[in-house]
Amino acid sequence: MRIFPRDLETLWTLFTAPVVWAVHFLACYLTVAIHCAKGGGERQFAMLQFVLGGVTLAALATIAISAFLAWRQWGFGTTDPPHDDPTEEARKLFQGFATLLLSALSFVAVLFVATPLLAIDGCFS
Amino acid sequence: MAAALLSTFLLSACTGPQSVFGAAGREASAIEDLIVVTAVGAACAWFIVTSLLIYAGRVRRHRFAEETAQRFITWGGVVIPTVLLFALLSYALWSMPATRPWFDRQQADLEIEVTGEQYWWRIRYLNTSGDVAFETANELKLPVDRRIRVSLKANDVIHSFWIPALGGKMDMIPGRTNTLWLEPTRIGSYRGPCAEFCGTSHALMTLTAIVMTMEDFETWRQGRINKSPTSADAGAAFQRNGCPACHAIDGTDAKGLVGPNLTAFKDRLRLGAAANTRDNLFRFIRDAGEFKPGAQMPAFPMIPEGELNAIVDYLAGET
Repeated sequence: MRIFPRDLETLWTLFTAPVVWAVHFLACYLTVAIHCAKGGGERQFAMLQFVLGGVTLAALATIAISAFLAWRQWGFGTTDPPHDDPTEEARKLFQGFATLLLSALSFVAVLFVATPLLAIDGCFS
Repeated sequence: MAAALLSTFLLSACTGPQSVFGAAGREASAIEDLIVVTAVGAACAWFIVTSLLIYAGRVRRHRFAEETAQRFITWGGVVIPTVLLFALLSYALWSMPATRPWFDRQQADLEIEVTGEQYWWRIRYLNTSGDVAFETANELKLPVDRRIRVSLKANDVIHSFWIPALGGKMDMIPGRTNTLWLEPTRIGSYRGPCAEFCGTSHALMTLTAIVMTMEDFETWRQGRINKSPTSADAGAAFQRNGCPACHAIDGTDAKGLVGPNLTAFKDRLRLGAAANTRDNLFRFIRDAGEFKPGAQMPAFPMIPEGELNAIVDYLAGET
């Protein structure tokens, strides 16, 4: 059984990392906002931090997998950009390279989004 | 020379009674530190980028090898900016508990309720049970080195409470109560503007915070709580011309709630947007719109001059 698909001929490979970033952003901000709007206590908030820490690790792992797939699609960096020839091969390499860069951006963005979790003590009531 | 001159002009605006850079409160100090660290970080990035630009454009006029250029872009365009931004973000987040402190209500040494009105500030000092002890307007007297819980409300439109020397700003929203904690650390007088456009006289809606020793504050507070009643004769003109319909003066029958409470009016430094002088007071009652365009208080051209002078005498003597 293959873990990773052989061919990645869909734009979803390109979107995967930014979508994970968006979902992680919503998961963090909405969960904390709803928790605090319902008058959540300090102990529950610590639990929430722990859970969102896990969500963050899962998001980072997903983005890392996306980056690996992109790296593979790019041919593990064996050829240099800009990959602008009018061929299917160049299109595939270009998509791989763009996905890799987007994955790197999304990885950093997820880290930035999650950092406030370390600084927030609890809800203002 | 020109840069030094320019920075002198710019920095000369960084002090005074309405400046974040003249911090006189714990929250304001944390905000000042945050501004300095962030500005220094941004200045370093600007200096490095500009230096490289000059180096590439003026000093080194030939091409880099492709591999060197790629390495340079990776480090200078990706790694270093990411790390620098992460460091600044981490510092800003780490300083959050100090830039917007939060405590439990029972940790407050004093509780005050401030309501934004077009275009003045209703200030209510609360007693230990949370009821209104007394009311004043436009001047916020505070004890130094005490933790003060300020409840912020609005009566008409959105206003924003901001005394830069004491802390950050917070909106005052009709139908909602926001809470701000202030802890003044330096005795003095500080100015606060309304920080959210609220109408024609928004720019004239100012607040003065007077930070005093705890002993002075307690003396003032007790004086307000135990204010002795004024004789009815003294305020006859004030009563006769309908002023109590909107204004209150503690210890008298004047109990209007629409306009500012005028108790101890003589002690106030400012009258609306001008200095508290007899002449200004006379003109303010005659036509408040002259001082504050759009003010809710109507003009009173019909009050005879003698009557108006009697009202001014009464208010000027109201301690």
